[in-house]
Amino acid sequence: MSAQTRDLSSLSELRSGVSTGEPLVAVNGLKTYYSIRGSFLDRLIGREGAAVRAVDDVSFDLHKGEVLGLVGESGSGKTTLGRTLLGLVPATAGSVRFEGRELTGLPERELRLLRRRLQVVFQDPHASLNPAMTIAQAVGHPLQIHGMASGDEIRLRVAEVLERVGLAPAEQFMDKYPSDLSGGQKQRAVIARAIVLEPVLLVADEPVSMLDMSVRAKILELMLSLKQDFDLTYLYITHDLATAKFFCDRIAIMYLGRIVEIGPSEAIYENPRHPYTQALLRAIPEPDPRRSVPRDLPRGEVPDASRPPLGCSFHPRCPRAFEVCGWESRDLRDLLEARWSGLEEERYEAERAAIGNLDVLDTPATRVRLAADGERAERALGLLEQARDDDPNEPFWRGVRRMARADGAVEVEWHDPLSPRLLQAGEVEVECHLYDEDALRRADELRHETP
Amino acid sequence: MSGEPLLSVRNLRVYYGTPGRPVRAVDGVSLDIGEAEVVGLVGESGCGKSTLGRGVIGLLPEGARAHGEVVYGGRNLVGLPPKALRALRGPELGLIFQEPMTRLNPLMRISDHFRETLEQHERRLTNREIRRRSLETLGRMGIPPTRFRQYPHEFSGGMRQRIMIALALVLRPKLLVADEPTTSLDVIVEGQILALLADLKRNFSTSLILVTHNLGIVAESCDRVAVMYAGKIVEEGPARNVFAEPSHPYTRELLRSTISLDTTELHSIPGAPPNLIDPPSGCRFHPRCPEIMAVCRERAPIETHPEPGRRALCWLHGPDGAIPPGGRQRLEREAIAVAEEA
Repeated sequence: MSAQTRDLSSLSELRSGVSTGEPLVAVNGLKTYYSIRGSFLDRLIGREGAAVRAVDDVSFDLHKGEVLGLVGESGSGKTTLGRTLLGLVPATAGSVRFEGRELTGLPERELRLLRRRLQVVFQDPHASLNPAMTIAQAVGHPLQIHGMASGDEIRLRVAEVLERVGLAPAEQFMDKYPSDLSGGQKQRAVIARAIVLEPVLLVADEPVSMLDMSVRAKILELMLSLKQDFDLTYLYITHDLATAKFFCDRIAIMYLGRIVEIGPSEAIYENPRHPYTQALLRAIPEPDPRRSVPRDLPRGEVPDASRPPLGCSFHPRCPRAFEVCGWESRDLRDLLEARWSGLEEERYEAERAAIGNLDVLDTPATRVRLAADGERAERALGLLEQARDDDPNEPFWRGVRRMARADGAVEVEWHDPLSPRLLQAGEVEVECHLYDEDALRRADELRHETP
Repeated sequence: MSGEPLLSVRNLRVYYGTPGRPVRAVDGVSLDIGEAEVVGLVGESGCGKSTLGRGVIGLLPEGARAHGEVVYGGRNLVGLPPKALRALRGPELGLIFQEPMTRLNPLMRISDHFRETLEQHERRLTNREIRRRSLETLGRMGIPPTRFRQYPHEFSGGMRQRIMIALALVLRPKLLVADEPTTSLDVIVEGQILALLADLKRNFSTSLILVTHNLGIVAESCDRVAVMYAGKIVEEGPARNVFAEPSHPYTRELLRSTISLDTTELHSIPGAPPNLIDPPSGCRFHPRCPEIMAVCRERAPIETHPEPGRRALCWLHGPDGAIPPGGRQRLEREAIAVAEEA
């Protein structure tokens, strides 16, 4: 029994040994943008296409022996950040220093030498292993590529590593193909391939999320014990705050390309500051019915990173957003559509007709003109006021500065957005206006202003 | 559950043909589904939960053979001709898949998906009725009417799953089977979808079978839970009671190995589910069971009722009369190498 069980105190012993001083990895102002190619005409006239800001100005340090959790939903940029650190994706701007050496812009030849020290484990063990290679070939391949061993030496080294990751006796696995192995065994083989070069940093991108619940603990324990034996540093990329709790010394929460909260694990779990962190924690299903808590989950999904919301990217989903968080035209479209989802068809048709063309709401703006043909303006304004009366506590309405008829149309104006900054709050840093005195003061002024 | 069940599974066996002996994916299972009831089917991969979930609505892969009874509306679905089954599937019994994108035609508007589905099963509907029914169902799933004529690629993953659920619900089925409906979704969106599914019984009076490996999901969404191991239901009862006080060591071990925020120790079950061609003798869980007794290796357990409304397939609950002398003697669990692990 005890072999399968390890309590939190011994886990934190395993986690200790974090060194201070010069960080192993120092990331500063890192940006990774993917460009979306514009149309033929755009290229013809030399206009730039749009860009997806997958990683948008991120800074953090990673110390030797530390486990940093990078947590967020798909589309948060966590995977791109991991890939940029490994040099698999070029950085658009900023710096990544590894053992004091700048990685961005390094030619492929030099990066390849460094990759011996930087390894990666991906989410899907089935896709990570070449189906035509035996386990021995796959795990020995890095040794061959980097010219670190040859012939029988490779096989010996591979056997040693396989035994270390629990694929023992190694002879039983070496000549098998990935399809002969279970999911957990495959992930062990992938981990063996990653550590065979004795790296110092291992980027683990969702290493357990495709595995059965009953196997996850085994792989996490293996990774913790390897960290101890090989003096590894981990960047653990996941969407799952429950496994990260066991694994990480520090947690960075990412949303739409930015770190929105970062700090020691204990502080993040005991007192999550950012409404997004709070939402992620609330969303984890709890199997013990005596401990389950009511879930009020944020609406919607992670928005399109090529057209991020104004102000704070999380504001459209945030239950605590207020005046300066970035309310704008697209939020009005979402609000109307959510309202119409619940209406009878005739009522929807009538309201839809009153508002008219919705496309004007698709361009991000803090001021729009709706129902601009004079006749409908009265009805449209009445409808907006009705929507507000139906749900006055909806945070959206805090952002509205003015709704009025103007020149035969309805004009809606929102408060000017403020961009949130990453600020210290207790033990953590958080990027949210709720913890920014200046933003709170500004919102207070706006509440007392008469438009 | 009270009153007549909506659907009743009796001693169902589903075997997959292999060149050698068959894989006994579901091996003598009985289960009732009540009206407007949400039942969770849980277990590790390869325990037969998906096969059972699909078998219940007569949807089995090529080469599978079913025996036993699945009684719905006074008829046994096992052995029903494919044509009669197809007529039931959709308007009576629906299925929600794991990957919504693979089930929506990328070249068809959402409106056309609904038109096709409705026209196939309810021929007499007018265009107006089709539109009304579709918009109403989509609206309840949180898809606005403004997006009715868009294509699947214009929606996010969560919205596609909502559309899939609406497509199943628009025919007003009595029972829906959802097979890992949230596996490819993020945790917040997963929570949103599960909340929708848990509300089906209230909003549509539809019963739901939720197939998942995530016990947290079952605890939060299901009225009852059936825990499967190696093709058998080893424990069944009200979800709250089962999770608060599991009767079967397998249920308890599964719960302990689930990592949640309140988990205070990492725990795993040694070994892996057995292959179902030649499962272990006696109780199929005995090689992995921390509470193995002498009888467990020798004899298959007999179903008992540790509490009213609950059942378990485990010798720990007797019946005493069936356990031979010395049968309760505790044994050491056999050592299991990592090599045997999942």
